[in-house]
Amino acid sequence: MCRLFAVSSDTPLSPMKALEALDTMREGHDGSGVGLFLRDLGGPLAAVKGSPILSGIFTEAGLKKLDALMMDIGFMTKYRMGIRLPATPPAGTPKRDIYLIRAYDYPSAWETLSETEKHRRLMETRLRLRKMGEAEGDMIVFSFWPDVVMIKEIGDPLTVGRYLDLDRHGLTARVILAQGRQNTNYAINLYACHPFFLEGYATMTNGENTAFIPVKEFLESRGFEGYMGFQSDSEVFVHILHYMERFLDLPLEAYKHIITPLPDAALTAHPNARLLRTLKQSCRKLIIDGPNCVIGSLPDGSVFMAQDSKKLRPGFVGGKPGIWGFSSEVCGLDTVIPDRDKTKDFQPMHLDMAVVGPDRKEVTVCRQTDRLSRQV
Amino acid sequence: MSANGQIIPSSLSISDLPWQIRWNQDKCTLCGSCTAVCPVNAIELGVFRKREITAGLGLAEKPASSQTIRYGIRQRTSPAYACVGCAMCSMVCPNDAILPERNDGGDKLRFHINQGGQPRSRGGRRNDPAGLLDQIKFIRISMLTDPALDAGRHTFELNTLLGRVLEPRDALKHQREHGWMPPVREIYPLVIGGMSFGALSPPMWEGLQMGVAYLNEELGMPVRMCTGEGGCPPRLLRSRFLKYVILQIASGYFGWDEIIHAIPEMKEDPCAIEIKYGQGAKPGDGGLLMWHKVNKLIAAIRGVPERVSLPSPPTHQTQYSIEESVAKMIQSMSMAWGFRVPVYPKISATSTTLAVLNNLTRNPYAAGLAIDGEDGGTGAAYNVSMNHMGHPIASSLRDAYLNLVKVGKQNEIPLFAGGGVGKNGNLAANAAALIMLGASGIQTGKYIMQAAAGCLGSEQDRCNICNIGLCPKGIASQDPRIFRRLDAEKVAERVVDLYLAFDMELRKILAPLGRSTSLPIGMSDALGINDFHAAERLGIRYVV
Repeated sequence: MCRLFAVSSDTPLSPMKALEALDTMREGHDGSGVGLFLRDLGGPLAAVKGSPILSGIFTEAGLKKLDALMMDIGFMTKYRMGIRLPATPPAGTPKRDIYLIRAYDYPSAWETLSETEKHRRLMETRLRLRKMGEAEGDMIVFSFWPDVVMIKEIGDPLTVGRYLDLDRHGLTARVILAQGRQNTNYAINLYACHPFFLEGYATMTNGENTAFIPVKEFLESRGFEGYMGFQSDSEVFVHILHYMERFLDLPLEAYKHIITPLPDAALTAHPNARLLRTLKQSCRKLIIDGPNCVIGSLPDGSVFMAQDSKKLRPGFVGGKPGIWGFSSEVCGLDTVIPDRDKTKDFQPMHLDMAVVGPDRKEVTVCRQTDRLSRQV
Repeated sequence: MSANGQIIPSSLSISDLPWQIRWNQDKCTLCGSCTAVCPVNAIELGVFRKREITAGLGLAEKPASSQTIRYGIRQRTSPAYACVGCAMCSMVCPNDAILPERNDGGDKLRFHINQGGQPRSRGGRRNDPAGLLDQIKFIRISMLTDPALDAGRHTFELNTLLGRVLEPRDALKHQREHGWMPPVREIYPLVIGGMSFGALSPPMWEGLQMGVAYLNEELGMPVRMCTGEGGCPPRLLRSRFLKYVILQIASGYFGWDEIIHAIPEMKEDPCAIEIKYGQGAKPGDGGLLMWHKVNKLIAAIRGVPERVSLPSPPTHQTQYSIEESVAKMIQSMSMAWGFRVPVYPKISATSTTLAVLNNLTRNPYAAGLAIDGEDGGTGAAYNVSMNHMGHPIASSLRDAYLNLVKVGKQNEIPLFAGGGVGKNGNLAANAAALIMLGASGIQTGKYIMQAAAGCLGSEQDRCNICNIGLCPKGIASQDPRIFRRLDAEKVAERVVDLYLAFDMELRKILAPLGRSTSLPIGMSDALGINDFHAAERLGIRYVV
């Protein structure tokens, strides 16, 4: 089973903190892999906030291909975080040439473009690189986005973190999503490892989405090139989130209503029954199933946790103003935020979604039976 | 054969018939029940004369011959009176003295059943017991990564949608701008397929309606039933129960005068309107109600004279193109109810299904598509149509669904599949397989007749006389002497029984697959089949 830990903190934290939290949940995961998503970065990357950062794993040959392509498009390297590796990787972790974290200046030709167009092109470049790397396996690209870094690797999370010496480079972030297991439901592939990323949205999931195929087919047929990959059944959670905000222009509180709509009787009694029924019917193919605890992060810096319709996976939210943690198990919270008021810890149930906004002042709980905000 | 009988080409002996009557003289009480009940007069009173010779041992007594007479049952061998194997004789026999048995030797009747140049016509279904749906297995069993659910304890959302569902962006736009939203019904995925009032007897229809009403009002299961082409009783049209009914219009427009005139008096809108263009049992052929069944009541409901055969034309005669057939008719029917009722066509599965479907994707009023496969049943059709015409439902449905996936409209036009679902009794398994191949819902008729009313028909050519109004169970007859055998209340009870059992079996399939939040339409990764080519064709896993 996957174990998840996410933190949103006013003070940038080292990703090692999150990996330590994962380590306390070792009984619940097999230590077969690690995935990290970092947003709102501190340390040296704070100085390059608006610049897109490319995260991935490259061979020497892959790096040359990357440089050629980036040069061709007009990207100039602005900052590179050199990760020096010990000669031998830990047991179970493959030997890699380069773990790349590199910030670029936008091509001068892009200067006049709107933010939306720039973002579209960033995604397009990421997908192009991913495709180029698929033939030889020399480039694995996780994200290419401003103020976002992602790291994924096979092996025990804490050991991999120490191997990459994540603390040494001053890599810190205010929002961290960490997951402690290589996806094992399908083929072993780093693209199948949570968290998943698309145009500023990221999610990770503990569980298995049994409605994967119909959801995947629906997303693929939307005609949006970013809905691809699907190496994991959980990847669709980030796509659904993206589709909801970008295409349907709906706020986060609608997410639960799309992935796990209310049963018919409860829907009829809801103050927004008409809208929710429309949503349930038209987004029927986005209804997920099976046990799933989803933790995600939005471009505005919000972090949320939502459960499947039967609440078949554990999940805790707790903390204090300024720092909030989201964890599969309470011991994860204890590691990172030991001094919180534990009586206020919250476990989202089958109707709940817990959200910590970018201000990190409080946990807001959206219950599906509540009236929706005017925004919807 | 009598002493002065003549042998002609169509002279048959009992051993040439497909069903042979075994009669036990020792048990028979000569009550006459069997000959009275036989719907085709295949048996009659037989007077058997036997010569007995007595010869004494000595010379004093001369040998003598005498005649004895006994009474019993004689099976008739003329093609017109051949036994149909319904076994009503066994059912009424107080002593179990009589029984029809299938002739394993290959009958000769099939070569002579076209007397007078009339090809055989009959009711029933395709005489082929095999079926692909029964071969499909559910293989994606939830194990430790996603524990299986409990069919008895967990809640399951099994309802489906019937109606044009807008694409999410359009739906929200229409909602915000208070635009027209196509009507969508949330219904139970197992629909009682179109069997007309006329084809079915009054108690059968009444029983089905009562069962459906009970399921809706007492058990909260939104089950719907299609009328078939034959109109709808006037009281039902004006009752609140109309909302559980899908009204069917087909090429004969039978009963629609009554329906149109009742619109101003309707308390509720019907669930939907089904426009029948084709039927799986007899694709490319119209409906047929033989004159035997057109009595005063049926004639009144259908708006026709009594005792005339009612053939529907193969196509809707006023239309000549798919645009007219589908678009205009859908629009007209929608308009009749103020665009508040979903209107969808039903076609027989065919290699040209996609042409119809593609047309529907461009028609914003098309509320769905029902596809009826070759194993569908009928009240009356030519034997050749039933046995040899048509397309299997599985690949036709799968092609249609994948085509919708390709154009991104898989949620917008619900597909309803029918034709042979549950033909071997595996209703829930067959239905679930079709749902996972892409059907939003299932239509079934034969299974309902068998389970709810005890229809005797089978895929081995048993009974199959629905067309002549002599249905031995009173299901498909308009003769009060026959249909009084059927108790509407008991039919209703059986409808409820079979729906509850279906519901539990469906949950027993979905729970191990880890599905409960929505009906698993198109969940093809759950399916496997032990036939490589079928697996390839359907895009499911080949398992051995």
